[in-house]
Amino acid sequence: MRQLLRAVIFGILGYLIGATLTWLVRGGSLGDEVCVVFGYVVGLVGWLFGIGMGDTWVREWFGLPARESDVTGWKRYLGFSTDHKVIGVQYLATFIVVLLLGGVAAMIIRFELAQAGEGILNADRYNQVMSMHGILMVAVAVAAILGSFGNYLVPIMIGADDMAFPRLNAVTFWLIPPVAIGLLAAPTLGSFDAGWTAYPPLSVVNNGGQILFVLAVTTFGLSSILGGLNVITTIVTMRAPGMTWGRLPIFVWAAFAASMISLLTTQFFAASLVLIAMDRVAGTVFFDGGAGGDPLLYQHLFWFYSHPAVYVMVLPGFGLVLETITHMSRKPLFAYKAVVVSLLTIAGLSVIVWAHHMFTSGMAEYLHGPFMFATEMISVPTGVIFLSAMATLWRGKLWMKTPLFFAMIWIFQFLMGGVTGIFLADVVTDVSLHDSYFVVAHFHYTIMGGMIFAFLTGIFFWFPKITGRMINDRLGIIFALWLTIGFQLTFLPQFWLGTNGMNRRIADYPDQLEGANLFSSISAFFLGGSFLLLIYILLSAARRGPKAGDNPWNASTLEWQVSSPPPEHNFSGQPTVVGHPYGYGTADSRHAEFAGMTAVGLAEPEQAGTGEGGDNE
Amino acid sequence: MAMTTTPEAVHSRAEATYRPAANRLGLWLFLASETFLFSAFISSRFVVSGTDQPEHLNQGLALLLTLLLLWSSISAFRAEAAMAHDNRRLFHREMLTTIVLGALFLVGVGVEFNEALTDFPANTIYGSSFFMLIGLHAFHVLTGILALGVVWNLGRLGHYGSDNHWPVEGVVKYWHFVDLMWVAIYPTLYLFGGS
Repeated sequence: MRQLLRAVIFGILGYLIGATLTWLVRGGSLGDEVCVVFGYVVGLVGWLFGIGMGDTWVREWFGLPARESDVTGWKRYLGFSTDHKVIGVQYLATFIVVLLLGGVAAMIIRFELAQAGEGILNADRYNQVMSMHGILMVAVAVAAILGSFGNYLVPIMIGADDMAFPRLNAVTFWLIPPVAIGLLAAPTLGSFDAGWTAYPPLSVVNNGGQILFVLAVTTFGLSSILGGLNVITTIVTMRAPGMTWGRLPIFVWAAFAASMISLLTTQFFAASLVLIAMDRVAGTVFFDGGAGGDPLLYQHLFWFYSHPAVYVMVLPGFGLVLETITHMSRKPLFAYKAVVVSLLTIAGLSVIVWAHHMFTSGMAEYLHGPFMFATEMISVPTGVIFLSAMATLWRGKLWMKTPLFFAMIWIFQFLMGGVTGIFLADVVTDVSLHDSYFVVAHFHYTIMGGMIFAFLTGIFFWFPKITGRMINDRLGIIFALWLTIGFQLTFLPQFWLGTNGMNRRIADYPDQLEGANLFSSISAFFLGGSFLLLIYILLSAARRGPKAGDNPWNASTLEWQVSSPPPEHNFSGQPTVVGHPYGYGTADSRHAEFAGMTAVGLAEPEQAGTGEGGDNE
Repeated sequence: MAMTTTPEAVHSRAEATYRPAANRLGLWLFLASETFLFSAFISSRFVVSGTDQPEHLNQGLALLLTLLLLWSSISAFRAEAAMAHDNRRLFHREMLTTIVLGALFLVGVGVEFNEALTDFPANTIYGSSFFMLIGLHAFHVLTGILALGVVWNLGRLGHYGSDNHWPVEGVVKYWHFVDLMWVAIYPTLYLFGGS
C-alpha cells in the first residue's frame, strides 16, 4: 500500500515537473502536447521509481543493498511483488476490469447503433467511444492470457520456482496502470477518435487526446516486449531436469511462440506511434503527403506488428484450450509434435502477411497476390491445431465441466472466425467487404471467440489452482450458454449487415438496416448481462466455494502436483520430469517425480473421467 | 537429489545454475528486439525518401563520429577483458575512455543537429528521417553512457571481480550493439545515393 501511494505521488509530481519544465523552457501553454509528452515521460519514471524500482534496482545502481518488500497476505497484490503467481493474479484482476470497461463502451456503441440517425452520441463522440472500446479490448486481448496465465503457469509447468527476471516481471506489470490512466485521461485533452489503429493523417491532426493514446500504447508495447523476453528466457533456461523440449506442456509452447512475436514485432508498433508523436509535436513530415511523406508507411509499420498481434492474442488461447481438452477428455494430446510445429509456423508466417489489411489502401498491386497467398497459408497450421483439438476429443472420456464446455464452444467460435476470414484474405472478396460490418463480425468471432473464450476456459480450469476453491459448475455452464447464445445473436446479424453495405466506424447507417441493428443491439445487451453472472460466479467462489484440494481435475501437469494455491517457491523439492505430460490412458505413464515427496504423475487415471474425481461438489 | 530439499536451498541452487545463461539470453533477446526497432526506422527512411540526400551533408563530421564510436567499442572491449583478468587499473582507465568518447560523440551529434536545423530542418522529408534516426541512436548512446557510468562506479567500489562481472559484460555488449546500429545508420543517411 505504501509503495502504491508513493508511486502515485511520485507519478503526479513527475508529471508536473516534466510538464512545467517544458513549459518554462519553451513557453506556450501548459496543456500543449509537448508538455504532456515530457510530463508523461517524467511521470512514468516517477511512478516506476515509487512503486519499487527505487527500492531495488536504483539502490543497487548506486552500490546500496536493495530493500525487498516484506509485505504478506493480500497486500502483496497492491505492491511491487516479484512472485510470478502474485503478478499473474494482478494481471488477471486488472484485465478483467479493463475487459468490463471495454464492455461498457461496447454497450454504448450498440445503444447508439440500435437506431439509424443520431442518437445519444454525435458522430465525433461515437468515434471516440468506438476508439476507446477498440484499444481497451485490444489491450485485453494482447496481454490478458499471456500476462496472467503466462506468468502464473509457465514457471510451475516447467518446474521452475519463478520467472527468470522476477523484478523485470514486476516492472512489466506496473507499466500497465499508467497505460490505463493515460487512455482514460484522454478525454481531458479532447479524446482520440482515430480508432485503435490510429491511421494518419487523421491521427496527426485530431484532438490532443491522441498524444495520450500514443504515449499510453507505446508504454503498453514496452510492457509486452519485456514480458515476452521474460517468458522466453524462463522457458529456455529454467526447465526442470528432464523437462526436454518434447515434454513441455502445450501451453508453454504456445506462450513461447506468442512471446517471440511480441518480443520482436511490437517494436514496429512502437516505431509507428513514435513517428505519429514526432509528426504531432516535433514538426516532422513522415505522414504528410504534401511535404513528401507517405501515410501508407504508417499502415505498413503498424500492421507489421498488428497482424502478428492477433497471434499474440490467440496462440496462448490455443494453448489453454488444448490443455483443457486433453486433461478433461482423459486422452493424450493428439499430434503433439504437429501442434508444436504449427504454433511455431504460425509465429513465423505471421510476419509476412500484414498487407492483407491494405488491399484497398492503394499500395502497389503486385503485392496483392503474395500477401493473399501467405495469409491463406496460415490456415494450414491453424487447421492442424483444430484437428488436434477435435481428434483429442474424439472418443475421449469427456468430463463435461465448465472448462470443457468453454473449450468446445471455442472450437466452434474460432472455426466461424477462421472460415469468414478466408473471404477477407481473398483480394476479390475483400475489396467489397473491407471496412464493412462483415469485418467487425469476423474479428469478434476470432478475437472474442478465439481469445476471450479461451481466457474463460483458462479461468474456469485454473481457478481452483489459483484460489484453492471450486467454482459452482452449474452456474458456470449457465454462464457459458448465456454468453454463447448472446454472442451468436449479436454477431451473426453483423455478417449480414456487412454484406448489405453497413460500414464500420460510422455512427449512422441506411434506414433499411435498422431491424437487424436493433436485433444485434438487444442481443448485445443480453450478451453484456452475462458478464454480471461471471463476476458473481468468480466472487462467490473465491469467498465461499468448496475447497478444491490439490488436484481437482486429476490432471497430470506439474502445477496440479502442488498445493492450491501453490507454496511460495512452488515446489518443496526439485521436481524431475520423467515422461510426457499427457500420458492419459497409458500404463505406467508418469510426468514427474519429486525429491523427498511421493512420486506423482497420473495418480489414478481411471478415477477421473467418470465425473466423480476430485473432491468437488 | 538426496541433498537438502528445503525450498530455499533448492531455490538458491537452481538460481546458481541458470542465472548466467538467463542473463545472457535475456540481453541477446533485448538486443534482437531493439534491432527490430532500428530496422523499422531505417526502412522508414528508404520508404519515404529513397536514397535522396540533401546538398549539404557534413561528411567529415559524420566520419569523425563513426571513428569515435568505433574507438569507444575497442576501449569498452578492453575494459571488459581487464575486469575478466582482475586488472582494476586498466578497467578504470578504459571505462573512462569509453564514457568520454561516448560523451564526445553526443557533443558531435549536437553540432550536427545545429547545422542540420538550417540545412534540412525536420519539416523536410530527409530531415525527418535524419532527426529521427540520429535522435533515436543518440538516445541509446545516452542510456549507454549512464549504464557505463553506473558500472564504472560499482567497479571502482570493488563490486566486481574476474569471476563476477556480468554487469560489465552486459553493459559492454549493449555498447557494442549501439555501435553496430551506428554502423547501419551511418551509410543509411550519409553514404547511400547522393548526387
